[in-house]
This record gives sequence, C-alpha cells and structure tokens, in this order.
Amino acid sequence: MVAITVAILSAMVVAIFLNANFTPAPASAQAEPIDRLLRILFSIGGVIFVLCLVLLIYSVIVFRHPRDTEEGPPLEGNYRLELTWTLIPLAIVLVLAVQGAAVLKDIGRADPKNELEIKVTAFQWAWRFEYPQYGITSGELRLPVNRPVLLKLTSLDVIHAFWVPQFRVKQDAVPGMEKELLVTPTRVGSYKAWCNQLCGLAHAAMQAPVIVVEPEDFELWVKEQRS
Amino acid sequence: MSTIWKLGVIRGIVFGLVGTVAGMAITMLLRTALGLSAWNSGQATALGSFVGLIAYLGGLGAFNGWVGWVLGWPEKEHDATELPNWTRYFGFHTNHKTIGVQYMVTSLLVIIVAGIYQLIARLETAQPGLQFMTPRTYNSLISLHGIMMLGAVLLGISGMINYLVPLMIGARDMAFPRLNALSYWVTPPSVLFFLFSLPAGGFDTGWTAYAPLSVRAPLGMQFMLLAFYLVGWSSILGSVNFLTTIFKLRAPGMGLFRMPIFVWATLATAFLQLIFTQFVGIAFLMVLLERLTPLGFFDPNKGGNVILYQHLFWIYSHPAVYIFVLPGLGVISEVVPVFSRKPLFGYRAVALSSLGIALGGALVWGHHMFAAGMESWLRIPFMFTTLLVAVPTGVKIFSWLATMWLGKIHLDTPMLFALTAIVVFLIGGITGVPNGIVPVDLYVHDTYWVTSHFHHTLFGGFVFPMMAAIYFWFPKVTGRLLNERLGKVHWSVMTAGFFITYEPMFWLGLNGMRRRIVDYDPAMGLGTMNLVTTIGGYLIALSMLVFFINLVASLWRGATASANPWRSRTLEWQVSSPPPGENFPVPPRVVGSPYGYGIPGSVHVIVSPTGGSGEKQAT
Repeated sequence: MVAITVAILSAMVVAIFLNANFTPAPASAQAEPIDRLLRILFSIGGVIFVLCLVLLIYSVIVFRHPRDTEEGPPLEGNYRLELTWTLIPLAIVLVLAVQGAAVLKDIGRADPKNELEIKVTAFQWAWRFEYPQYGITSGELRLPVNRPVLLKLTSLDVIHAFWVPQFRVKQDAVPGMEKELLVTPTRVGSYKAWCNQLCGLAHAAMQAPVIVVEPEDFELWVKEQRS
Repeated sequence: MSTIWKLGVIRGIVFGLVGTVAGMAITMLLRTALGLSAWNSGQATALGSFVGLIAYLGGLGAFNGWVGWVLGWPEKEHDATELPNWTRYFGFHTNHKTIGVQYMVTSLLVIIVAGIYQLIARLETAQPGLQFMTPRTYNSLISLHGIMMLGAVLLGISGMINYLVPLMIGARDMAFPRLNALSYWVTPPSVLFFLFSLPAGGFDTGWTAYAPLSVRAPLGMQFMLLAFYLVGWSSILGSVNFLTTIFKLRAPGMGLFRMPIFVWATLATAFLQLIFTQFVGIAFLMVLLERLTPLGFFDPNKGGNVILYQHLFWIYSHPAVYIFVLPGLGVISEVVPVFSRKPLFGYRAVALSSLGIALGGALVWGHHMFAAGMESWLRIPFMFTTLLVAVPTGVKIFSWLATMWLGKIHLDTPMLFALTAIVVFLIGGITGVPNGIVPVDLYVHDTYWVTSHFHHTLFGGFVFPMMAAIYFWFPKVTGRLLNERLGKVHWSVMTAGFFITYEPMFWLGLNGMRRRIVDYDPAMGLGTMNLVTTIGGYLIALSMLVFFINLVASLWRGATASANPWRSRTLEWQVSSPPPGENFPVPPRVVGSPYGYGIPGSVHVIVSPTGGSGEKQAT
C-alpha cells in the first residue's frame, strides 16, 4: 500500500512540475535550459519528499500505540539499507551537479563576434547603460532580439545586482570591479531590470526599463540616440 | 538593599555605566588633544562600549576567580552562596544548569523581540505600495530580525548544550565552569547593543552587513557589529568548554560510541564554532575599523576589495548554519527513539553524519557568492561540495523514518514537534539543491525562494527541535510537566502557521519577489501570496503566545514531574527532576547503548544514588 501511494503521488508531482506554469514566461536563451533543469530538480525533489512524507504519515497512523507500555522490535540498523540510502542520494547529487555544470557552460559565452557589448553602471539608486560599439549612453536598456548581449557591470558606490526575472540570470555590480553577464533576449517586449542586492534606502524602487525590440527597430533607436 | 547589591548583575550594570562614561570621556580627551572636535559619535560609543564592557564584567565578578588566584585570596567553594535560590540566575554563577537556563531564557527573550520586528515589517509587505513605514525603518527591522534571530539561535544552542551535555555524559559540570559563566555573561551586553541599534538609527544592510554599504550605514550598524562580535566571542569560549568537557569528563564506560547523538552533534557544532567564528569576528571588526578610522579594507579607492568581505563573512556564516542546526538535529535523534520505543536506526551512521555535515559544510561558503562575481569556473567545485552535504543530511532523515517504522509511536508534544521538524527540514534540504546548482542559483539567488529555503532549514533544524527540546526537557529542568493540551494547541497552530507563511514564499521568489524590499511592483501580481504569508506569520506569533502562557502557567502550577516521565534511557533522566547541584554524587557507570529500547537485557548506565547500595539500572 505504501508503495502504491508513493507511486501515484510521485507520478502526480512529477506531472505537475514538468508541465505547470509556475515561473514568469522565459524571455532569454539562458532561461530555457535553466527552467528545464529547475523542473527536473523539482521532480526529483518532489518524489523524495513524497516518499518520506508517506512513510512518516503511514508510521504515525499505523504504528501509533497511545497507551502501550511495551517496547518496539529491537532493530538497531541494517548496513545494506544504510548503504543504499547513502549511495543513491550520492549518485543523484553527482549527476545533478554535472548537469548543473553543463547548463552553466550552455548559458556562458557562445559567439563573441556577434555580441553586443554594454557597460552597465549602477549607483544609488539608478542604472546607466553605455553602448561603446555605438557611442551612446542611455537610462533604459534597449536590446535587439536574439543577439547575445555582454553586460559589463560595475558600481559607483555600493554593491548592486542586475536582474530581469524573465531573463533568469543575475549578476552583482561591484564597486572597483567589472563583472560580466551574458544574456540573449528571445522575446520582444518590455521588462524591468531590478536591483537585487540591498543597496540602501531606495533599493526596492531601483529599476530600469528593459525593452527588447526587433533588430531594425534597434538600429533606428540607435540613430535617434546619436542625433 | 544589601541583597540587591550582592546581585552580580546590579554591580555589573553600575560598573558598566561608569565604564561607558569613562570610555567616552577618554575618547573626547584624546580627540581634543589631537586638535579634533571633541565629539565623534562612532568613536565615542565604540570606546565607551569597550571600556563599559570590561568594567561591567569586573563589577559582575567575572574576573574574581582569576584575580584572586593571582593575588592569593582564599579560594571559595564554588556555588557557595548565602543568597536566596532565585538570585543565582542574576549573578556570576558557575553551575552548568544555571547557565543553561540563563542562556535559554535570554534566547527566548531575543526571539520575542526579533520576532516582533519582523511582524511589524511583514505588515508593510502584505500589500504592494508604501503603507505606513519608511524604507529606512523597514530595512532596519528586517536586518535586525535576521541578525538577532541568529544571535538567539546561538544562545539557544548554548543553552541546550550547557544544560544537557554534562548530564548526558555523566559529568558533574563543565570542564571550565568560570569560563562557562563568562561566556554567558558577555551576552547580556550583546543583547543590549542589539536593542540600542534601532534607536541609534538602525542600519540598512540586511544581517549580512556587506561592505561597503555597512561602512556607510548609520550608527545602529556599529551596535549590531559589536553585539554580534560579543555573541561570537561567547560562542568561541563556549566551544572550548564543550569540546574539553566531552573529551575529558565522560563517565567511566562512556565510550564515544555510547554517547547520545545530541553529544555527537555538540561535538560537530563545537568544532565549527571554534574554527570558524573568528572569521566573522575579523570581518565585523574590519568593518568597524573602516567606519572609525581612515583604514580602507573594503574600499577600492583605498586599495581595498569589496569581495574580500564576503569571503570572510561566508567562511563563517555558512558553517554557522550547521552550528545552528546540528544540535537541533541531535534533539530530533533523542526524541524520536524515546517516542517510538525503538533503538535509533543506524546509530553509528547518524553519529558520524554530524561530523560529515560539519566537514562538508566547511567547504561550501562560495555558493553564497555565485552571483557576486568570483572566477566563473571556481563556482563548479563549490557546487559539488554543496550538493554533497545533502548525503549525510539524508542519512539522518532516513534513519529517523526507519526508527519510527514498526515502532510503538506515542504522539506527545515533543514527538509532534520532532515530526514537524523532520518534514520542514526535509523541505529545506530539497529546496537547497536548486540553490546549490550554479545556473539555477543565478535565477533564485536573493529572492524569496532563498528566504523561504533557509527559514525551512532554521525552523526545521532549530526552532521546531528547540520546541521539542523544551517540551521534552522542561520537566527535567523545573520538576514540572508542561501542559499537554496547550502544547498540542501550540504545535498545531505553529505547524499550520509555518506552512502558510513559507510555502507561498517559494512561488513568490520564482515570480520575481526579491529579498529585503519594502515595496514591490503591483503589476507583478504578488499581492495575494504576500498577504497569505503575512497571515501565516501572525499565526506563528499566536502560537508563540500560547507557548509562553504554557511556560508560565506550568512553571507556576504544572503537574509534578517524576524523574523520568518519558521512560528515556539517557543519563539525564536517571537523576531527580530537577537534578541535584552536582548531578551525580558518584560517577555513573556506562555499560551499553543509550538507545537499546526493546533489546532484552540492554542497559545504558548504572547510577548509584547513594554511592554504594541500591544501584538503579536504566533499561
């Protein structure tokens, strides 16, 4: 009975985690492998959780002896069982870590020649975006769709962090250093870049518009900015 | 009047006040002599705090033992006192049970204050928009909530360890009783500093106090740094005592593999405290010095490095998580076999898993900095070490489940809290895996996902186990049982409140709710779940109210407890409730496993109350 319950509930949990929408619609090439990995993690975690919870609830219901003074059976351990529940989790986490490393490589730099480079400067409490390839500076982050963008982040005062939830990835902007973040927007639309590192009074409101447009529109915008 | 003056704490306060004023005066004189303006609030309060602290400890009598030894004063029999019994809690008293209770009460008081701070802050975030709070107040409240709760956890584990470990291993007291009292008595000033922080302007850095923001934060920051520095000092002194006690003062026959798991957990925790606390101490001290002097450790314009702070901070603050949870997991390992009437399944593996977690936990600090900008490839080894910690943690959880399997389970309040702890800690562990995997962490880092994850680990690894511990050992400490009915109300409301508070936070984090924000974009649709979270938080507070009523009422007129109301086999239950001053008139003899429930003829310990005839066997 325990096995059947675990199997049914596990199937349900896995079905939910693989299919349900519980994250904002992804809008970058980096978001897709991350979301895929997240769903796998949730499914595996969900099955482990179901297994343990069912065992616990079953034990509490079936083995409950409210006014019994007798002792339970003297089971002190079982090396084979203990080895199993050490080695299986070990194998799972190693596989997951390897997967993680693979995804990390996946979302790293792909095509350095085609990259749009943008210097991002954070300060209390706003963002500035410089496009050195075009010689323009802007308070909003306008990006052409489907082109890898290399953000080079720094800060003028304290630590800030750059995060667009729909892009998934984030990176701190650290004073005195330049840190890189690669994003390839895949969906035209407007988003917001939030500061994701507590940076003082107006941290909650620190944001900049992020507008992903078609390449032609981007060129148009660049011309406008230059004139 | 003379009784009042004999209370160490009164003398300490008076001396401390005088010392503080003197310290501030010295600062002003020095500054005047250097031709500067006399008043500098940071420097004056820093030196005032330092001199005041030393004077307070002197007034308290913390140094009497050592000074008397140097000057050749006649040695006083320790614990000799002509004052009424209650006064020992207000003086420099060296009995480990007194100190354990002092720690525990202090911890609970800090938990109340830190909890109230968050309850106030949670009202603001229940809905989008700025309701009634300035961002400065909000940032200060959540920052203080975090760091004070961590202080409270350190006090709480010290309380449990102090009271229980000497009893569990059959010792008369800790190895260094005076050091033990000192390590407690530096914490009341620390609590005071925490309380000063808000009126002194608070601080807006979160509990992590990242430079350079912490260098620029208001004076409240300095009080927080000093406060946690003192807690850390207490923690290091405590760990020396725990380790020495466990290695040197075990009763005859108490081999390492006959120790209760709680003692093993203490061993692992104490190693971590001893080795790593200094790192956060240095980090905080460096921030303090950068605030007070022209030094620039973390200022790139002065040749400093911002990331350095994070390394120093997390080298302690990740192992700190295990300092917080290992004793709690030890409590679960004590409670589950007693209420399942079965031996702890896989005792040796559970014992060693504490050390495994401690060792693994020492090598994972980089996972807090995946988005901070370390070398990209360097994140991969930290990812592996982080995930490996899941293995010994899993061993514990599976062992508890196997202990319950086929047992004779009794659902008294301590067991109920242990069960909630297991489920909550399990969720905490499972939701920790995504954070440990670099690309996924870049998504969830610094969102409510992480906030929810670590509240699961801390509630599952400390708060719920501490509740189990209090319901379990309260009869031992006070000689009275806690009320079971109120206990079950407390348990059910707290468990429900916990899940209502924290499960929605996972969803919130994934959907863009950042940590530590006073306000959020109404367009993101996060209002409903935030409201649910706030309601859950108030349910937890309500359950705590029931808990405190139960504590006071049961202390006052609870049912009298027998020596061993739960039929436990471990040593602390083989003496009277409360135990005699020196625990065991004659050292007990340990002859077997502490968890041999149901094993025919199994004996853990032989205690002879009178020192000869009438030996009592604990079976």
